[in-house]
Amino acid sequence: MHADEKFTYETWPAAPERATLEAKNKFLGFWFFLGGETVLFASLFATYLALKDKVPTAEHHLAKDLFEMPLVFLMTMLLLTSSLTSVYAMYHMKNFDFKKMQLWLGITVLLGLAFLCLEVYEFNHYVHEFHHTFTSSAFGSAFYALVGFHGGHVAFGLLWIVALMVRNSKRGLSLYNAPKFYVASLYWHFIDVVWVFIFTVVYLMGMVG
Amino acid sequence: MSTYAQKKGAGAVIWDFLTTVDHKKIAILYLIAGGFFFIVGGLEAMFIRIQLAIPDNNFVSAGVYNEILTMHGTTMIFLAAMPLVFAFMNAVMPLQIGARDVAFPFLNSLGFWLFFFGGVFLNLSWFLGGAPDAGWTSYASLSLASEGHGIDFYVLGLQISGAGTLIGGINFLVTIINMRAPGMTYMRMPLFTWSTFVVSALILFAFPPLTIGLFLMMFDRMFGANFFDHTMGGNTVIWEHFFWIFGHPEVYILILPAFGIFSEIFATFSRKRLFGYSSMVFATVLIGFLGFMVWAHHMFTTGLGPIANAIFAVATMAIAVPTGIKIFNWLFTMWGGSIKFTTPMLYAIAFIPSFVAGGVTGVMLASAAADYQYHDTYFVVAHFHYVIVGGVVFGLLAGTHFYWPKMFGTMLNEFLGKISFWLFLIGFHLTFFIQHFLGLMGMPRRIFTFLPDQGFETGNLISTIGAFFMAISVIVLLINIIMTSVKNEKVGNDPWGDGRTLEWALPSPPPFYNFKQLPLVRGLDAYWLEKMEGKKGMTPAEPLGDIHMPNNSFIPFVISLGLFIAAFGAMYRAEHSWGLPVLIAGMLVTLLSMLVRSVKDDHGYHIHKEDLIDDNDKGVKA
Repeated sequence: MHADEKFTYETWPAAPERATLEAKNKFLGFWFFLGGETVLFASLFATYLALKDKVPTAEHHLAKDLFEMPLVFLMTMLLLTSSLTSVYAMYHMKNFDFKKMQLWLGITVLLGLAFLCLEVYEFNHYVHEFHHTFTSSAFGSAFYALVGFHGGHVAFGLLWIVALMVRNSKRGLSLYNAPKFYVASLYWHFIDVVWVFIFTVVYLMGMVG
Repeated sequence: MSTYAQKKGAGAVIWDFLTTVDHKKIAILYLIAGGFFFIVGGLEAMFIRIQLAIPDNNFVSAGVYNEILTMHGTTMIFLAAMPLVFAFMNAVMPLQIGARDVAFPFLNSLGFWLFFFGGVFLNLSWFLGGAPDAGWTSYASLSLASEGHGIDFYVLGLQISGAGTLIGGINFLVTIINMRAPGMTYMRMPLFTWSTFVVSALILFAFPPLTIGLFLMMFDRMFGANFFDHTMGGNTVIWEHFFWIFGHPEVYILILPAFGIFSEIFATFSRKRLFGYSSMVFATVLIGFLGFMVWAHHMFTTGLGPIANAIFAVATMAIAVPTGIKIFNWLFTMWGGSIKFTTPMLYAIAFIPSFVAGGVTGVMLASAAADYQYHDTYFVVAHFHYVIVGGVVFGLLAGTHFYWPKMFGTMLNEFLGKISFWLFLIGFHLTFFIQHFLGLMGMPRRIFTFLPDQGFETGNLISTIGAFFMAISVIVLLINIIMTSVKNEKVGNDPWGDGRTLEWALPSPPPFYNFKQLPLVRGLDAYWLEKMEGKKGMTPAEPLGDIHMPNNSFIPFVISLGLFIAAFGAMYRAEHSWGLPVLIAGMLVTLLSMLVRSVKDDHGYHIHKEDLIDDNDKGVKA
């Protein structure tokens, strides 16, 4: 099978993300990349745990003063749902239904964007209400480094998916772009998994003290 | 070759190297750039030894000495040893597994240019207000107190080149898993390929902690964060942990490929199958695994407590077991073989006692209680130079002589090679053996001078004389390289006559598509097997067909250039108004060129069957 071959619903392979050698390489290479990313985030989690609530003076706010459940819960739901919608998109990709894939990717992007807006609001809230900033304390540095790094990944993922959607909007699916969509969705799931850990380690553990 | 081997002008050759995605050309780029930085780092080493030749010397000032010492270590590890290792991995590994290229040729090029721009950025510090001066480990308390931009150059330069290394690691992993020729099972892979495989996995998991450590340092120094500042609640030990969680696997990232090169050389020039192949594979994997369990032995005196120290001491000593397995296997490979004493083989034989000496002092240093005495003395300096020079540099020099004909199509002169070997061996032991005793007598490392009448004079003078031997040896090697390149006497597929693995079945240098037809691999030492059955080359595993090749690309250069520009912006942001715009502009260059790469289809091209048949008909031997 070649990358520039034309397909119909009947001839489209079962695993288009791994149908050519280039695609197989991309698929495996991206998993390795996510392995490296895991260590990257693990390092940031370790830094956060070491520096949690480490502030220079008693006036600084600690984790238990900052976080509020409703906002963080909403953010979590948005991102978890966006992971589900990206699964739907990949389902339609495997069934050679380009329009529906684009639709579900679009919904994924909107949910991700909503998450990002709430995160901006959240950071803004901490900075203005609690004077909890990147430079105010070691706790602040570690918090914004970890959560902000994740937010940066979300922003990059959104740009990536939008770029793929726009680039391929007129030409439909092929074995050349199917692996591209697939690894972008893998990336999106990874971001979601990292958030589950952030929700647990930063927010839940932060609120119980 | 008919349509492809046209004579090109100098401009076309340079453009070709700037845009190449061919693993063999990228290997040459790595070799040249790594060789250049090796000479820079070597000059820095000479300045260190000249300054320490006599007591109370003032060849350089204390401040400049700190910069030279820092840059010597940083340059040698990150900008000389790493790229030279990558040069051989790129040149040899795809050939050894019977592949036409690596899995991601574009990323291969990107990895090189990231390393190159990172290295250039780091070394520009010499001309822009002073080099980093907190040691190659750059411990946070020292780094945060360091004035000027030296440490910023260190942080940003290593960040850029580290990204390149990570990309290279992923690339090699996928190449080895997905692109082996028919019949090339894992347990038929040559040992150098195995060590490339394990090392790539180490890179994948060891470089991200360094990336984070460098990010935190960058945030602290350039963006007002407080990770390491204890007055703001920070903790300086976090840097030590990240640095060594990276730093210890890093030394295995350097030594395992050298082990791989030696394994090939011992088998080739003993003209015997490598003894205990499967135990060699097992030992390589085990060393890679244990390499992640021992980082805190660099921090015995930090104060982690007796339990942590004891655990890390035992784990460290355990590494001596798989390493010992390897040493015995190499000895048994030579046992009963009909040994040819070529230059690479001389390096390999000299490596065994040198490296064992470094390993023995390693076990001494691993006992935490005793380490309180050795810590930060010349004993440590002697130890790590015995393993890194006696192991890695010997391996790289052996590899240079061994693989030179495969990379360039001409043999280095054996007579000059042996002269430089003997000079290097004598110089190496002269320089570093005495440092064990200087250390045990109490000479601390990283001092810029010492006083007379403390018993350090003779030892330091001997050490400096040894360093000159090594310098002369490198000059002889350079003369050798220039002479053989000018003469350029072409050699055939298997210039050593005893090649065992697939790369020796190909012309030297191989055509850009490597294998016209992918070879059928029937066992370990695939080419040797065929030769023993009286065949001239490999049996093809496929009919002659079109070959798919990747297009050259200038984008990797531009992506790396963007980060290079952005790094200047990040560094001068606080004091110059142009800093922030330059930072943003640089990042935009990088991100936009990534976007271009993403949206512009790149299907590569095909070499047609007819053009390949052409070669055979005319009887061209490339």
